[in-house]
Amino acid sequence: MSDTVISARDVTRTFMISAGAFRGKKPLHAVNGVSLEVQRGEVLALVGESGCGKTTLAKMLLGLLPTTEGTIEFGGTPVADIERLKLASLVQPIFQDPYSSLNPRKSIGSIITLPLKVQKDPDPSTWRKRAEEMMELVGLAPRLFENFPNQLSGGQRQRVAIARALINRPEVVICDEPTSALDVSVQSQILNLLNDLRTELNLTYIVISHNLAVVEHIATRVAVMYLGRIVEQKDTERLFNEPEHPYTKALLQSVLTPDPSLDVPDTHLGAAYPNPVDPPSGCTFHPRCVNVMEHCSLAAPRTINSGDGFVECHLYDEDSGRGRAVS
Amino acid sequence: MSDRILEVENLTVDIPVGGGMLHAVQGISFHVDRGETLCIVGESGCGKSLTSLAVMDLLPKKAIRGADKLALAGEDMLGAGERRMSDIRGNTMGMIFQEPMTSLNPAYTIGNQMEEALKRHRNVSTREARDRAIYLLEKVGITAAESRLSQYPHQLSGGLRQRVMIAMTLMCGPNLIIADEPTTALDVTIQAQILLLLAELQREFEMGLILITHDLGVVARIADRVAVMYAGQIVEEGTADQVFNRPTHPYTQGLLDCIPIPGKTDRSKPLGSIPGIVPSLVGRFNACHFAERCTYGTAECTEGNIDMRDAAEDGHRYRCLLDPETCNKNAVREEVV
Repeated sequence: MSDTVISARDVTRTFMISAGAFRGKKPLHAVNGVSLEVQRGEVLALVGESGCGKTTLAKMLLGLLPTTEGTIEFGGTPVADIERLKLASLVQPIFQDPYSSLNPRKSIGSIITLPLKVQKDPDPSTWRKRAEEMMELVGLAPRLFENFPNQLSGGQRQRVAIARALINRPEVVICDEPTSALDVSVQSQILNLLNDLRTELNLTYIVISHNLAVVEHIATRVAVMYLGRIVEQKDTERLFNEPEHPYTKALLQSVLTPDPSLDVPDTHLGAAYPNPVDPPSGCTFHPRCVNVMEHCSLAAPRTINSGDGFVECHLYDEDSGRGRAVS
Repeated sequence: MSDRILEVENLTVDIPVGGGMLHAVQGISFHVDRGETLCIVGESGCGKSLTSLAVMDLLPKKAIRGADKLALAGEDMLGAGERRMSDIRGNTMGMIFQEPMTSLNPAYTIGNQMEEALKRHRNVSTREARDRAIYLLEKVGITAAESRLSQYPHQLSGGLRQRVMIAMTLMCGPNLIIADEPTTALDVTIQAQILLLLAELQREFEMGLILITHDLGVVARIADRVAVMYAGQIVEEGTADQVFNRPTHPYTQGLLDCIPIPGKTDRSKPLGSIPGIVPSLVGRFNACHFAERCTYGTAECTEGNIDMRDAAEDGHRYRCLLDPETCNKNAVREEVV
């Protein structure tokens, strides 16, 4: 019984990048043909290096950026057809840096009740009570209602951001690097909170992170992105136990667990991240791949279904794309 | 004794602020030997970066530095003047900072900046400096090193810039490198490469390395010895094996519980966490800075002075009133539950 909340089909977002004063503009495919489905109640994690298109994809899911091609549907309705206010009550974001995502001139109370005001909530007399209830739910003392963001610690600010996102009871919360700006001891508090809130309020999360240890802990499904495409997508457990794509393997290797008996891993990811304006031919990962074959630079890999997920790599293609490359 | 590269005893950093004096670093002692990696680890605001700046004498003007001893390869740095210090910095003591873009000059080419580092300290020709720059760029894994010399920092990616920074630090063949969060601004895959490079170079050139970071994963993989800092003090020190496998101070134990480890941490259970926040370092405070957040905190913890004491093994020291046996028993009990 699948209950799809958000689905994206062949979504592409292209930016035109100026290459110089007298040269024409070049297209940059920040997101290049991504399809995904998010079921109600699951936590989908998007992982990848900076510049792989995670945040662009999230912005499109939030309705903050239009798609260049493809459609995003929310509960079966195209996002483009949903009114902005309505969409905002269904999907809410939590951003990375709680220092820049809260207005320093507004009190905590007015930050948290602002979404109610924006949605023209019919009952202003209950706002304060509801905000205080929400503050308690996210572990903030209600006495902080009149305080200002600069009086709070990083962890408390992130809790304010979470309270603001949840006050209208959205169905989906998109967390863009929710803990990367926080210290380890605070990070674990926020992760625990996000997990508790999910069960309590029946939320669906899309978590964007480059920290795979965090992803492993919180996500139920993981999509690995490279240069605008999802190259592997699987249940968290299977992805961590049996990674297939060479890029996923390298990413997993670079997770540094605090184990002093191990050395710094050698991921063999030689070359640096390619220029996204001028991506490599064929499989865009081939210049950095340890398993690179002749035809990898000639043809783009197909999507190979494996169990509940998929991988895009010539290694797992039966007729291995060689024929297609030659023809 | 010649193997001891850096010796620091009772280092303090005080910063006057509006409401009194901020005691950012409170009597820290440590040493680094030749070919050894010391990691200073702690959360933001614990004073780890100020410690490194104090060693290099690069503190902000307002900050006041005090120490009983500060010696680099036997030479006293406390009495050294500004001129002597700038001879030492970049020559026998190199630095690598977090954000390579801000530590490279955007208006000069890579080659220019690298050659300057050598010409400032040694009497060499441009030709020799250039050869050394090419040699080191190749050493840090940069392809087409010669053509890179004429490039500007903005033409390089973050990982490459950090490699250039490392190569530049090595120009004069320093005895000691202080790296403050060298990989925090980089992607995980690049982070692993840079750490690997640092470890290899350190072994090859037999330098002392002080690595300052908040990332316990990085520390565990690269450190010979670890100093855990909390609120301006070292609360635990020892070899990486001692600190990670037999953490004794409640703060270290709490910190290690906070990190999710793929495949080991139970996903159905909440992560461990440390309640409360880091105390303000302005004015006076408890004997144990961690007392308020500590599960084992008692009234005794707030009085007098708590000194570092020896744990069960050699070189493993911690700052807590609890006996090592009690601490370890508690840690084991938590694991079983």
